[in-house]
Amino acid sequence: MTRAPINKIIPLSLVDGPGNRTSIFLQGCNLACAYCHNPETQRLCNHCGICVSGCPSGALSIAGGRVNWDPAVCISCDQCITVCPSFASPRVRNMTPDEVFEEVQKNIPFIRGITVSGGECTLYPNFIKELFAKARENGLTCLIDSNGTTDFTRFPELMELSQGVMLDVKAWDEEVYRKLTAGLTNSVVKKNLKYLAECNKLEELRIVCLPGEVDAEAVISGIADTIGEKVKSVKLKLIKFRRYGVRGRLQNTPTPDDAYMQELLKLASGMGFEKAIIV
Amino acid sequence: MNHVLDIVTSKKHTYEQKVMALAHAAEDTLSILNIPEKTKYYFEINAIDDLYEGHAPYRPRYIMPDYERFVKNGSQFLQIEPPSDLDELLNSLMILYKHVPSITGFPVYLGNIDKLIEPFLDGVSDEDAKKKLRLFLNFLDRTITDSFCHANIGPEATRAGKLILELEKELQNAVPNFTLKYDPDITPDDFAELGIYTSLFCANPAMCNHKVHMKTYSTDYGISSCYNILPICGGAYTLSRLTLPGLAKVATSTEQFLNELLPDCLESLGNYMNERISFLVEQSGFFETSFLAKEGLIHPDNFIGMLGITGLAECANILLSDNGKRYGHDVEADDLADQIMTIISNFAAQFPAKYSTISNGHLMLHAQVGMDYDIGITSGVRIPVGDELQNIYDHLRHSARFHREITTGCGDIFPFETTGRNNPSAILDIVKGAFSVGSKYISFYEENSDLVRITGYLVKRSEMEKYRNEQVVLHDTTHLGAPNYDHNRLKDRKVRGV
Repeated sequence: MTRAPINKIIPLSLVDGPGNRTSIFLQGCNLACAYCHNPETQRLCNHCGICVSGCPSGALSIAGGRVNWDPAVCISCDQCITVCPSFASPRVRNMTPDEVFEEVQKNIPFIRGITVSGGECTLYPNFIKELFAKARENGLTCLIDSNGTTDFTRFPELMELSQGVMLDVKAWDEEVYRKLTAGLTNSVVKKNLKYLAECNKLEELRIVCLPGEVDAEAVISGIADTIGEKVKSVKLKLIKFRRYGVRGRLQNTPTPDDAYMQELLKLASGMGFEKAIIV
Repeated sequence: MNHVLDIVTSKKHTYEQKVMALAHAAEDTLSILNIPEKTKYYFEINAIDDLYEGHAPYRPRYIMPDYERFVKNGSQFLQIEPPSDLDELLNSLMILYKHVPSITGFPVYLGNIDKLIEPFLDGVSDEDAKKKLRLFLNFLDRTITDSFCHANIGPEATRAGKLILELEKELQNAVPNFTLKYDPDITPDDFAELGIYTSLFCANPAMCNHKVHMKTYSTDYGISSCYNILPICGGAYTLSRLTLPGLAKVATSTEQFLNELLPDCLESLGNYMNERISFLVEQSGFFETSFLAKEGLIHPDNFIGMLGITGLAECANILLSDNGKRYGHDVEADDLADQIMTIISNFAAQFPAKYSTISNGHLMLHAQVGMDYDIGITSGVRIPVGDELQNIYDHLRHSARFHREITTGCGDIFPFETTGRNNPSAILDIVKGAFSVGSKYISFYEENSDLVRITGYLVKRSEMEKYRNEQVVLHDTTHLGAPNYDHNRLKDRKVRGV
């Protein structure tokens, strides 16, 4: 069976889609966004061992060139991910879809669905597909939270199992996108945007707003041009950049002011977005 | 008579609160109830508690008038014609409420308030209705100065219910307590979500499992005071409680507790409750003189005796103190607690209660939520504050297991992160799950809310602060809430969220 690195499973999430959901965070991302608020999910552990000696509870050890983590001893102080020089975490479990689902199942009947997030969860399309199949059998809805760099048209079975995608549209201009995310191109994101709108799988759109770094105005109008009629029905979250968790050049950058956010909201409303909100 | 003088000269009580306290003091000078020595012993060791109900009961503890009947017929005694418009309705209710007695001196039940109001909203705009309802609700909060007072909404969505919820969010009143009777097959999601959303601003309404509670009595039920499920057109004669930790402390072994002490104490408590009921029905003259009874708004056949239990958690923990097993966390402790509940439940099912027609001649169980003087005793069957289960679903499954035997009121309280306001549908999912596994009652408040739920009733943090600073406060329940909030470390309740 497929395995995937799981950063964490949150039994109760109020913020990852409609209703109450269990969120599964997969480890590893193909981008390195300057504003990433959980940078420890970006890379896989390279077992350098730097985190081991600083662990106050002794939950980390190194043996045979591998860093091991003991969840029973861990006190979740986050010391390890703070000192990790490679944007990774030693607290990652390699799990099968069945093992993940075993944890999800404990939360039925209190949840209406699951959301896979990351990192970038679509780096593990087969894993998600198998997990979703189990979840659907048990009456749960399945959402994907993605940066849109995986071409969804290539995974029709996965799309069939999923109720929708919550898509991050990080920037519209390719130069802006590259500088912000270290990704090569956002052409796939744009293609996905159109495809998801056409097949009614666009659950939610998100823009993290930070003037000077993100061309939010262009993103709003670009989305409106691409998805046509769907502007009326799709939820658009204009997310204020917050430096919480951020590492690197933006770690001391302040949150944009409310006036700017209101301008964006006004722009979105003018473009026909009826379900735009600031969060 | 120092106690009386203390009341008279108190600087922390309003005039009204002094009058109430003096009435209590006068009643307690009597000793007309026949209380055997053994029962007195159980009182002394704090295993049985009469919950300030007084030494000579002259009114039932909780009264649930049939307000629908009142609205239909008016009242001869009060010289009120059946109301014909919204103004007349609200005015009639305000008059009647003043004449509904209870243990607190105030009405503890105000009716299925949305259903009473709904027929009178035809042709009234939202704006006009809100103005009238705002005055009505503020009248209740400022004159019923004790928050053991309850109004019900639902399970159907109504315009009246929606307007009341919108007003409650704005008014931030502690009185009345509201409960939304919730049934996922009847209550639309958007109405239930409005209820939850509102509760994250003003701690009202709570949600009750309508599917379960509608089967409690042969008549309709209402929720009164703080989470008492009682028959409409009746109520509760008395609520006396078994304080389980008090009894556990004198046990010589778990076996002795289960086989001798608990059954014996229950027998004493049952007899004591019958003694109270007999005095009330046979000697106090209440039912013969009350216009509520004469006009059919209440009937003695619809009253019950509630046998309260509290501190199940500490009881199990005390009995297992040798091996350190804890209620809520260890199978052994939960199984023991289950055994205790079964013994209590079996007792209630066989002990003959006097004048209790609607409950087939038996006492009914209630999870008593505690008193201001309880220290180290957790409400009913709840898991102690600070020891809550990490995962709210595990917590709710545990609750469901221990709500099972309790028929007249048992619930949980969860503070929620502010972000909950952005997604009430998520919290509704949790309620649906909880009710589907058998949880009976659940309530929420926002972590920073001024209004907080103490045990079942609402008190404002700002008012408690005034009371602690020796200032006079409007609601007498602030006097109970402030020490309870401190003793039981309620500020440390586990906040739920993402």
